[in-house]
Amino acid sequence: MDYHWNWMFFFQETDDGLKYYDWILSGLGWTTVVSLASLAVALLLGSALGVMRTTPNRWLVGIGDAYVDLFRNVPLIVQLFMWFFVVPELVPEKLGLWMKQDLPYVVIAVVGLGLYTAARIAEQVKAGINSLSRGQRAAGLALGFTEWQTYRHVRLPMAYRIVLPALTSEAMNIFKNSAVTYAVGILELYFQYKQIIEKTSQVLEITIVVTLAYFALAFVMNRLLASIERRTRVPGLIVGGKGSN
Amino acid sequence: MTDFDFSVIVENWGFLLEGLRYTIQVTIVAMLGGILIGTLLALMRLSSIAPLQWFAAGYVNVFRSVPLVQVILAFYLILPLALQAITGKPMPIGAANSAYFTFTVFEAAYYSEIMRSGIQSVPRGQIAAGYAMGFTYGQTMRLVVLPQAFRNMLPVLLTQTIILFQDISLVYAIGATDFFGAADKITQRDLRPVEMYTTVAVVYFIICFTLSRLVKRLQSRIAIIR
Repeated sequence: MDYHWNWMFFFQETDDGLKYYDWILSGLGWTTVVSLASLAVALLLGSALGVMRTTPNRWLVGIGDAYVDLFRNVPLIVQLFMWFFVVPELVPEKLGLWMKQDLPYVVIAVVGLGLYTAARIAEQVKAGINSLSRGQRAAGLALGFTEWQTYRHVRLPMAYRIVLPALTSEAMNIFKNSAVTYAVGILELYFQYKQIIEKTSQVLEITIVVTLAYFALAFVMNRLLASIERRTRVPGLIVGGKGSN
Repeated sequence: MTDFDFSVIVENWGFLLEGLRYTIQVTIVAMLGGILIGTLLALMRLSSIAPLQWFAAGYVNVFRSVPLVQVILAFYLILPLALQAITGKPMPIGAANSAYFTFTVFEAAYYSEIMRSGIQSVPRGQIAAGYAMGFTYGQTMRLVVLPQAFRNMLPVLLTQTIILFQDISLVYAIGATDFFGAADKITQRDLRPVEMYTTVAVVYFIICFTLSRLVKRLQSRIAIIR
């Protein structure tokens, strides 16, 4: 095979005076920022939607269900393009102009990825709340809690701990999905990967390095959440696989 | 905002349909190929031969921890290199064709995890019964275990296929003309992003929503009562 291996190119200088490994590091930074910010959006909104879907109020359930159906059945890249190119045209002109000119790209990308992931988080949170016995809510109400207080002090603290493994895999997914934001101009790791291939044609080396970088991100996230999982485990409940109980 | 111009959609409907057809073709090929390879991987993962287990575990873990867009681009670029190394001739295969290969190989990792839990959901007694009837390993799997695993997992396999159908839109990364790619190319030419992207979103929504409702119904109908 006449492929020309050259591992040293990572230390070569690029057009902008940086080295190629600087590009990778900066991509890694943006991937982390976009992913964590989107995760925060997704957790907040997803939790609210998940709670709404377990309330006795038909309207709240309907809104929550519709949201999940809508955001799960359109591909992520199409959703991002909607936020970037369609929504600014549909909103009032002044707001649209502001979205196109003043709002940083990364904010729209974070919101887009966050809203997409929120639908998945909502499913998990709902499943977690529904897995509790109904006696938990009744006990809360009997103690004089309001409906909201039963969520705040009784049901959510349990539900989160039960669905943490599922949330872990969503948190790892969001790092992978953040690669799609390259299409709307975010200079994250995949964008840099593509750009370095165009500049150097060293496909194999850069593929190996970037794959390992994504591996590392997933691994760090996984370990981090696994340690949270261990610390928050509900005593006496059989949760989490791996036979570790 | 300028008015929503339906004529742009009508005029380009043929091109969009071409794209949609490509999307569906890749989905079907990758589903069949992915389930086939995925089942083999699952059997390897559950076999008692250590190297086979390692291979299957490595395969699944690698593909499940990298972003699909990266795999699409990497395979598009590396596949011709690999083919050239094997055959000795330059082999440009093109974006549209490389996607068939990429999605089959990539989805196999996801299907294999589904099939693995499907196989594990079959009671051990079934395997023992197969051996007791004098079946070989292959016969036990083929005639006893896999049909049940497949039936148990059918809704999950179909749900994964709906995700696959949506993921085809990522061939945008290599410029292939799938449904979304077609709409994007029309947008580049006619500068009508609102009409084009909205159409794609609506059509995707209708197809995926309908399919996922059908899967839900199927799920309640084929559930085995134990």
